[in-house]
Amino acid sequence: MSLLQQAFEAGKFGVTAEMAPPKGYDFSVQMEDAEYLRGRVHGVNVTDMQSACIKASSLGLCIKLKQAGIEPILQMTGRDRSRIAIIGEYLTAASFGIDTTLALTGDHTVVGDCKDSKPVFDLDSCGILKLLSDMEASGKDCGGNDLEGGAPKFYKGASVTPVYEPMVLQINKLKKKVDCGAMYVQTQGIFELEPLKRFMDAVDKANIKVHVMAGIIPLKAAGMAKYMNASVPGIDVPEYQIKRLTDAAAEGKEKGIKGLPGKVGIEMAAELIQKIKEEKICDGIHLMTIGAEKNIPTILDMAGVNINA
Amino acid sequence: MIITQKKPIEELMAMLEGTTRVGLIGCGNCATACQTGGEKDLAEMKEYLEAHGKQVVGTAIPDECCQKLLVKKEVKVFKDSGAEAIVCMACGDGAQTVAANLKLPVYPSNNTMFLGQVERVGVFNEACRMCGDCVVGSTGGICPITQCAKSLVNGPCGGQKDGKCEVNPDNDCAWIKIYNRLVELGQEDKILEVRPDKGYGAFSYPRKISLKEEK
Ligand code: SF4
Ligand code: SF4
Repeated sequence: MSLLQQAFEAGKFGVTAEMAPPKGYDFSVQMEDAEYLRGRVHGVNVTDMQSACIKASSLGLCIKLKQAGIEPILQMTGRDRSRIAIIGEYLTAASFGIDTTLALTGDHTVVGDCKDSKPVFDLDSCGILKLLSDMEASGKDCGGNDLEGGAPKFYKGASVTPVYEPMVLQINKLKKKVDCGAMYVQTQGIFELEPLKRFMDAVDKANIKVHVMAGIIPLKAAGMAKYMNASVPGIDVPEYQIKRLTDAAAEGKEKGIKGLPGKVGIEMAAELIQKIKEEKICDGIHLMTIGAEKNIPTILDMAGVNINA
Repeated sequence: MIITQKKPIEELMAMLEGTTRVGLIGCGNCATACQTGGEKDLAEMKEYLEAHGKQVVGTAIPDECCQKLLVKKEVKVFKDSGAEAIVCMACGDGAQTVAANLKLPVYPSNNTMFLGQVERVGVFNEACRMCGDCVVGSTGGICPITQCAKSLVNGPCGGQKDGKCEVNPDNDCAWIKIYNRLVELGQEDKILEVRPDKGYGAFSYPRKISLKEEK
């Protein structure tokens, strides 16, 4: 059974991280970074050509992680594949023992690095989830044909954007995702408790039963925070945090210490995780470190999160 | 309405290379409204071609250029005209309807863009992609297949910023428009209808409908 599913069923605080495959065919950097995550997380999301930028496939890195004994979470978007191709990916994944997935609609090709590619979008996130649920229930593929040996089972997840106006649209879509089979959701990066609490209240009010994992993006610098505020949908880094990063940069310059803003970012992430866990605001966290996976053990230690406890 | 746009004239002239005597055919309906194949447009084309060494040996403007029987009647003017080729100033459908009725090369002077709404004279919006399974009854009369850049049928992606679409910030997010419209109509509950599998079986082409066969 999926490690993440086991954790939630045992009432544990779920922890996941995220990695991107290389833009190339040498996976050694990814495999080295993955070592920081061994025994620290319940699963590692492998992104599926995020921002529509060409990389090696999610399935490829998932297989490598699985073979190295690290639990992968197969991210699947509908941007580049028809439902036929999606089923093919899942059957292949299952044959390697991959049993956890996260379904996304996917970013449009026009925001990516090969704009001439045809966007497929045969199925959206709901459609992918329902495809898997229907396949599990019937043992048949999307054409109604029997699958040899029955259908594989996946622990299915989705994403959600808590900072969204009008929020009711995200809540409705979340409800649909859960109706279609999502058992857990990872949120877009959040930086404060308040918006997360507001979102959780809305989830409760709508009576949606799903494990929510708060998305955590450790900030590296004030510039990164400002950039994300301006251009990444659903991201809202508060001013006082940007100031902490700016002050840290100034202090570092004055004292000749390198990487102070990054350290402050790690502290802020750890503080937030600790509060989420202590106040039991949601069921877990999803760490998006954007290439800085080596910081994850430090963040989890500072936050007092140990999946083996 | 089928929205057409004029091709660059050089492209048409390249098609006409080696041809001297041409016939012109327009369309009294869509292409007239798009100012690509009406009376005035045919007159301008005639003048241009004649100024560039061609001879226009006949013109016709059927009420609709996509009506096979109607076009069959109209193209008779070209039969003994000595035309070596026909320039069709209608949509792609019109060009093919003309070609199906004449044993002459047919060269389109227009690009066929989309099925559109006329906002006002000369301004057209794409509104329907003819998906074969209309959902606008549950989306407040706003088509998510066409207006949402990802053709999402289950509500928005997470990508809008300040109500604008992530794909093209000039466009409003279709799903926010749909939601606001459903609220206006007192039909918010419709936003919950799950349509994960719209299905594209009805989208495979070429399609054919015969009311006779259906009876
Ligand atoms: S759903 Fe949209 S594309 Fe499909 S028929 Fe209706 S208006 Fe046209
Ligand atoms: S932002 Fe809105 S219109 Fe644009 S792709 Fe997403 S849901 Fe569709």
